[in-house]
Amino acid sequence: MRKSTRYITREIELGVKNLTLHGMRSLLTMLGMVFGVGSVIAMLAVGEGASKEALAQIRMLGSNNIIIHSVKPVKETGRSTVRTFMSVYGLLYDDESRIKETFESVKQTLPAKIIRKEGRVGENSLELRVVGTTSSWFDLVNRPMVAGRRLLKKDIFEHRNVVVITEFAARKLLPKNYTIGQRIRIGGSYFDVVGIIQQAHSEGTLQTPDQKNDAYIPITAMREHYGDVFTQRSAGSRIRELVELHQIIVQVKEIEKVEATAKGIETMLAYFHKNKDYRLQVPLALLRQAEATKRTFNIVLGSIAAISLLVGGIGIMNIMLASVTERTREIGIRRAIGAKRNQIIGQFLIETVVLSMAGGLIGIGLGFFIPWLITRIAGMPTEVTTISLILSLGISMAIGIIFGIYPARRAAQLDPIQALRHE
Amino acid sequence: MSQSEESIESSSTNTASVVELEDVQKTYHVGDHTVNALIDVSLSIKKGSFWAIMGPSGSGKSTLLNVLGCLDRPTSGRYLLVGQDVSTLDDNGLSELRLRRLGFIFQSFNLIPQLTVQENIELPLFYLGENARLSAKKAIELADLVGLSDRVQHRPMELSGGQQQRVAIARSLANDPAILLADEPTGNLDSTTSTQIMQLLADLNNQGKTIVMVTHEEDIASYTSNKLYMIDGGIERIERN
Repeated sequence: MRKSTRYITREIELGVKNLTLHGMRSLLTMLGMVFGVGSVIAMLAVGEGASKEALAQIRMLGSNNIIIHSVKPVKETGRSTVRTFMSVYGLLYDDESRIKETFESVKQTLPAKIIRKEGRVGENSLELRVVGTTSSWFDLVNRPMVAGRRLLKKDIFEHRNVVVITEFAARKLLPKNYTIGQRIRIGGSYFDVVGIIQQAHSEGTLQTPDQKNDAYIPITAMREHYGDVFTQRSAGSRIRELVELHQIIVQVKEIEKVEATAKGIETMLAYFHKNKDYRLQVPLALLRQAEATKRTFNIVLGSIAAISLLVGGIGIMNIMLASVTERTREIGIRRAIGAKRNQIIGQFLIETVVLSMAGGLIGIGLGFFIPWLITRIAGMPTEVTTISLILSLGISMAIGIIFGIYPARRAAQLDPIQALRHE
Repeated sequence: MSQSEESIESSSTNTASVVELEDVQKTYHVGDHTVNALIDVSLSIKKGSFWAIMGPSGSGKSTLLNVLGCLDRPTSGRYLLVGQDVSTLDDNGLSELRLRRLGFIFQSFNLIPQLTVQENIELPLFYLGENARLSAKKAIELADLVGLSDRVQHRPMELSGGQQQRVAIARSLANDPAILLADEPTGNLDSTTSTQIMQLLADLNNQGKTIVMVTHEEDIASYTSNKLYMIDGGIERIERN
């Protein structure tokens, strides 16, 4: 055992030595592996970085949640066509209670009315997205409080004129006295600030339930002050809309039932809303989709990488075959001295593996450098994963063995007498 | 492997003959032709003797040396090397026998150019699995024996022909072989150097080494005690001094 360990270490030493003797040639031979492995790691790092960001955004939505939005239908039908200049569409208070009562898997539902109003404190003003909701909002859209408290059940029952605003809105509206207890005028009514909450972090492509200029007020107070009819001014005309609820967030008890429940809700809504004035958003489905996309992405990258590694391996085999021819006499000498065929195979195989592993290691260095450069220059998030490192080292070793075995066998099969005569 | 080592070990002790050839034939097939390279060669080489194999080119001296060197197997007949029947061995067995029993010296020295003098001498020990420290010690001793102790870190290309052949001789001695096989060891050397090399071989023979050398020069052969003349694959005559 110790004898063979010693033998292998000396063979490796010898292999490294042989390769350093032809430094330039070894380096050029390794290039294929270097770029193959480097590009594998770099591509996977870019893919990982991008998908990680997407997944984090989706998780912000809450993977147990189903979000139902009211959508203005393209073709208006029913009540709204009677030249009332008022379009009626969207989710109803009844929808919320129907969902809550129909599906056993639903833990809670969260209604929200969303309108845009100007918020004003003294000289400061900000276009707020006023969200009329219940205390459950803060359970489902879980963001840390900066100061004060959330909306309470009591606030809802008592139709209190209280508001929780985002940190962003607080900075805009209350720059000097950045405190709770301030009174904000929203539209025509006054609300007391009882809490300041952190807004969603990233301004990603995916729409989160909360936005940075949010103001949360009890849904009861919202109906009382603003009613269900909203007026929007656009291009000189006024459009009146009757929307009971803009959004319902449904929280499902178990994550396994999310997709089934979403299907059920969709079917139910389709029955009551013939004009399809709603839209379901299932973060879990998005998550699954993102993961599937990532898998596809990895398969595509993997195939490209496999081809480049194959090319690299063939390059190594080519050089090793040349090396066998060049060193025919050396092989003859070793065989005459008493080296067995397996030892000759070992010698050349070790050389190939050392070559490909060295290429792989340099490639790993490159694989760290390229993502770093991409992050620095393009600002894209990248992440080099441990798996890709282990994988590329394993692959470069495997390539060394696979592409080394043929030249090594050729070397070992040489007739010693012929090999010794070789010029 | 350990079994074959043992049998080599046990059989070597009580034989006076290092080599025993009985009716050895070697036949090559070149296309449709059959070439009889060795015809009925029987020969006994005693321990400590010095042989010269002579004859015109194509007479079969190289083939005989290859058979003796276990690089080639006889087509028929028996070859006993230190009591071991070579004809029954496979490639691994032949390699093992070369490693433990034989030392080669070639006309063109055949050192490995990438390795230093010391590493070249160590090569048989490397395949024997000797540890690095002992190998180095032995290599330096052998370099000293052939008068090259100040050149151990040089590469073959930096040495003269005579010096390279000395390194080759040192290497052939590293495994303490039962027999040294030399294929025209002075063929690439000038006359002065040739004399020195032959003197070195004669010294080794005086110390008890069995040496078989192929040559076509009578004055080189004169260093030996036995001359084997070959013609057309057979033994023409044997002269003993």
